Amino acid sequence: MADYPKNVVQVPTFNLFREQDAGKLPVLDVRNLGIDFGGLTAVDSFNITIGPTEIAGLIGPNGAGKTTIFNLLTGVYQPTRGSVLVNGIDIKGMPVHKVNKLGIARTFQNIRLFSEMTALDNVKVGMHNEIKCSFLSSLLRLPGYYHAEAAANLKAMELLEFMGLADVADQKAGSLPYGVQRRLEIVRALATNPSIILLDEPAAGMNPSETAELMHQIRRIRDTFHIAIFLIEHDMNLVMNVCETIAVVNYGKIICKGTPEQVRQNPAVIEAYLGKEDND
Amino acid sequence: MKKLLKNKTFLANSRIYLTVIVAFLVMFSLSNAGILSSSWKGYLVPICAYISLAVSLNLLVGICGELSLGHAGFMGIGAFSGIIFAALLKDVVVSDTLRLLLAMVGGGLLAGIVGFLIGIPVLRLRGDYLAIVTLAFGEIMKNIIGNLYAGVDENGFHMAITTSKMALGEGGKYIINGPMGATGVQKLATFPMGFLLVLFTLFVVLNLINSKEGRAIKAVRDNRIAAESVGINVTAFRMKAFVVSAFLAGMAGVLFGLNYSSITATKFNFNTSINILVFVVLGGMGNILGSVISATILYVLPEAMRSLEDYRMILYAVVLILVMLFTWSPKVKEIVSVISAKLSGIFKKKEVETNG
Ligand SMILES: Nc1ncnc2c1ncn2[C@@H]1O[C@H](COP(=O)(O)OP(=O)(O)OP(=O)(O)O)[C@@H](O)[C@H]1O
Ligand SMILES: [Mg+2]
Repeated sequence: MADYPKNVVQVPTFNLFREQDAGKLPVLDVRNLGIDFGGLTAVDSFNITIGPTEIAGLIGPNGAGKTTIFNLLTGVYQPTRGSVLVNGIDIKGMPVHKVNKLGIARTFQNIRLFSEMTALDNVKVGMHNEIKCSFLSSLLRLPGYYHAEAAANLKAMELLEFMGLADVADQKAGSLPYGVQRRLEIVRALATNPSIILLDEPAAGMNPSETAELMHQIRRIRDTFHIAIFLIEHDMNLVMNVCETIAVVNYGKIICKGTPEQVRQNPAVIEAYLGKEDND
Repeated sequence: MKKLLKNKTFLANSRIYLTVIVAFLVMFSLSNAGILSSSWKGYLVPICAYISLAVSLNLLVGICGELSLGHAGFMGIGAFSGIIFAALLKDVVVSDTLRLLLAMVGGGLLAGIVGFLIGIPVLRLRGDYLAIVTLAFGEIMKNIIGNLYAGVDENGFHMAITTSKMALGEGGKYIINGPMGATGVQKLATFPMGFLLVLFTLFVVLNLINSKEGRAIKAVRDNRIAAESVGINVTAFRMKAFVVSAFLAGMAGVLFGLNYSSITATKFNFNTSINILVFVVLGGMGNILGSVISATILYVLPEAMRSLEDYRMILYAVVLILVMLFTWSPKVKEIVSVISAKLSGIFKKKEVETNG
């Protein structure tokens, strides 16, 4: 089906959701992923494949293991079981910065911006590996430095503009309003040139109009950059409207996977969210 | 707006360079005119060395947020290797200035290499552990250098850590004589060269800060996890900063070592490391101009107060407190920012006038 790099033996069983993704290598292929913290099994038998231009959602009650899954996908935690393939390459044992270079970028549930730096510099840090300028030409201010910086400034401003943040470019990231910080984190993730971005509760702390704007922007990111998006969100309106596929986890296990429609009607999901029925 | 951003760092940097250049010109012409007393003249080169040491340590402590207590170790490596280089090159290179320059590059490189080797294990450590290991490194270096014998005879250059292995032939001459240190050193260091070292140090450190490497370093300090998540290899950047800092400290050490006719390894002990750290902390973490100023003042004061003998250290303590108040108190900071805003306002107005 898809052509994998030679060194990876694959059993391609996935069925990509979007038509234009059919037959393509999934950008994210997660198999049987699991992690134990001491005696606690935080994630178990987690499987998912995400196509190159898919918007997928991950939902579940508090403490279900969603953020832990993101940490596993980005190499922050090493899994106890299973494997994660980013663009067909196993991330096993890789340090976090190398996993990012494979094409996976993320935002954080509790915002982690470089708060002392300007918004523009935050984005330029995201572009770090893209800025081709040797250590020596930085130190000695050779012409290469000026070319690289000018190009970086231009692209960083474009990205900020894309998310409507151009006018806060020279403000300290830490001093920006909450909703703006969340969007800046997305821009910083985009700046790494990813093929998939993971958004951990991007709408948390946003007001309804900001959330509506965000929904629009998430689709626009996919349509402009042709990348996949995998997002965790408690705001059901956002998830049901934006995501094309949704995985529901509870106690670290997937209890249901499907389209928003399928998920909404699944009894296991209703039970996980509302508790065992009786009082409905 | 992009231009404005660029200008801000540009303005800040030019202020630093300008201050240093003006200070140099004033001191240089004073000393040439014979107004400066001989003891003051003696301070000029060490001041330059300590400024470079403080600025290079600030890169590590202020910018990277790594507490290093072994800066004098790198200084010592530079000083003694510089003395050896200068002695060996004596017949090869005639020009004193060129010899000093070569010795400085050599001493800097050696310190940089040692920094790299030390960095491999040390940079895996964080916080207090890094401080403890760099402290130990400084002491070990002091002891190694303190037991080092180096000399030349008709068979060429010899070097050993014990006397027994060190037998110079007829007419041989010690360059470094174990615990007695280096004696009969030709004083190559000059104030203009010290000034050039300061400029070079500022150039390297300021350029590093305002580049992609500098951004990465600051990002790592601000939020390590986020920095890794955008593809920054944290260990590699700590290493780069560590090596650059060691290299500059080594160069400053060469300048310092070649400023005295004799010098012993005990000069490069824990006290010196702490002194440099005090310059950095009081000048303000990450504040390069602050390091320049505090290194100058805090080096000169105790020296100038030697005649006061016992009261010297009390006065030094008072000065430390005053400097701390001045650089850290929000009130003073506010006053300074108001004044500088006013000044820049005048500056801008003038610019507009000249433009229009
Ligand atoms: N490093 C860790 N060590 C031990 N336990 C952990 C660790 N990280 C997460 N856990 C546990 O794993 C479980 C899942 O946590 P996780 O943060 O993934 O939940 P979540 O689904 O993101 O919840 P929320 O919706 O509140 O963000 C929790 O019980 C948590 O206490
Ligand atoms: Mg979470």
